[in-house]
Amino acid sequence: MNVVPLVMSLYYSFTKFSDIAGKAPVWVGTLNYQQILASPEFWSYYATTGKYALLSVALQTIVGFSLALLLKAKFKASGLITTLILVPMMLSPVVVGQFWKLIFNPTMGIFNQLIGYWSTNVTTSPQWLTSPTLALWAIVIVDVWMWSPFVMLLCLSGLKAIPDYLYEAAIVDRASAWRQFWRITLPQVAPLLLVAVLFRTIEAFKAFDLIQGLTSGGPGTATETIAVKLYRLAFLGTHDTGKASAMAYIVLIIIIGISNVYIRTLNRVKGDA
Amino acid sequence: MASFAETGPSAPVVESVRVDMVTPRARASLTIRMIIAIIVAVIMLIPVIWLTMTAFKSRPDAVAAPPKVFFTPSLDGLVALLTTRNLVPPAELARLQADPGKLSLFQRVALDRGMTIIGPSPYVGRLRNSVVIALTSTFFSVLLGLLAAYAFSRYNIPGKSDWLFFILSTRMLPPVVVTIPIFIFYSRVGLRDTHLGMILLYTAFNLSFSVWLLKGFIDEIPKEYEEAALVDGYSRMRAFLKIVLPQAMTGVAATAVFCLIFAWNEYAFAVMLTQEKARTAPPSIVTLQGTGGIEWGAIAAGSLGFLIPVVIVTFALRKYLLRGVTFGAIRQ
Repeated sequence: MNVVPLVMSLYYSFTKFSDIAGKAPVWVGTLNYQQILASPEFWSYYATTGKYALLSVALQTIVGFSLALLLKAKFKASGLITTLILVPMMLSPVVVGQFWKLIFNPTMGIFNQLIGYWSTNVTTSPQWLTSPTLALWAIVIVDVWMWSPFVMLLCLSGLKAIPDYLYEAAIVDRASAWRQFWRITLPQVAPLLLVAVLFRTIEAFKAFDLIQGLTSGGPGTATETIAVKLYRLAFLGTHDTGKASAMAYIVLIIIIGISNVYIRTLNRVKGDA
Repeated sequence: MASFAETGPSAPVVESVRVDMVTPRARASLTIRMIIAIIVAVIMLIPVIWLTMTAFKSRPDAVAAPPKVFFTPSLDGLVALLTTRNLVPPAELARLQADPGKLSLFQRVALDRGMTIIGPSPYVGRLRNSVVIALTSTFFSVLLGLLAAYAFSRYNIPGKSDWLFFILSTRMLPPVVVTIPIFIFYSRVGLRDTHLGMILLYTAFNLSFSVWLLKGFIDEIPKEYEEAALVDGYSRMRAFLKIVLPQAMTGVAATAVFCLIFAWNEYAFAVMLTQEKARTAPPSIVTLQGTGGIEWGAIAAGSLGFLIPVVIVTFALRKYLLRGVTFGAIRQ
């Protein structure tokens, strides 16, 4: 179940083939790869994906780490609050995308109202999902909402594992809170933070459900990430299976590269803990 | 009171409190933390709260501009989600409205909009598909995962870490990459749009995850118990069933719930590999369209019903969440 599909798509990636045309695949060598790598369009999907991945992973790291710092101390109901914050992470991305569509709606959505556009004057308020520049931000916002808790969860476990005596020694040595953060907190959490960042990066390359639910790649091609484009190429229109397979293989190589680093980091963290 | 220096400790010191952690200033900072945390939690939950509200709004309220925060609860959304309705001719309508006592709750809600219920909506069947596929695939992936995890944990398998990485690789790929060949393969053998096809796919997909997670749980069970049992003449299988399994039960339960959530939430495979017969709920929530535009109330009701089980499970699983999301690599 794991190997067969990969071998099959490797073969298709060297052919001209459409699964709905009813014709046998025709061997074309590396033509698909050449076409993909030569087209500027293809690079634009990578640019979109990269931009989305960079923005959302960076924001998630900042928000998630701050949340972890906030919640690391034990106070009344801290467990309950932590669990409540973790809820978005467990939800179905496509359903999340769907109801955020309503939230972002300029006339009947609540998002614009919350960020201060109280007026009912729709023309001046941001059109989150229909403006090509804002649509990507809309996806980033939802992604950050959904996945900052994940980063928080990892950081929290890192923070809680820091032995108290390090801080006690620092206090005895009169290190400032700022210095304690840079010299103790950050280095101690760094490996777990790296795990979180790598994991989210891999996920960002995979991102499909959420984007499909929220914008379906639109408006136009503004939010067409690699995964969405692949879907459109392989399952909509003419079903260009051969080219889609070739594109899929390029993605595959990139992701295997990142996940190798990821697994290695994970094993190192595991060794330390 | 005699001082400590004279009498010595009267009771064992079991807990020490750092003096600087109980000063008024430290306590005040904890309170401030709590207040900020509550505010953050509320902000995080606004979308979910809004969804819940929309699910119980009447049709005009759900699409009101500006959005309504206060409204009269209504079952419009739920009725639109679960039933197929027809317009009632005016004469018939008057007759039915004259005697509403005989009608069910849903019928009365539909009647308020001048409609009568003629049957369940396709969504009901899709929800059933979701339940069947998620439960069956979870059962098999946990069962197979348990056996594989036990083998990986207890035996020396050549190239073990490579295998473990390899079975995880499909998890790392965009679903579309994996789906293209599966789509063609399924079309050939007639598994496309069937329950069996989806169950097989989800089982295979979740298997990698369950092996990783269960291996972590089994690794924690000391080998010595089984070794003692083996010396006493137990067979491997019996030692596994009698000694390892009971101790791994919490792990098995946590793994099962994670697999269940994955299968329950899965969208990409479902939208590409199913059409009518085996379509699950997530792709259908997106395409719920009523006559005359998007039925936001129905979508919200569907999403809410879909999310509630997940929220409950999140609470049940809170101790294992970290383990689950990192494939069992980090335990705390």
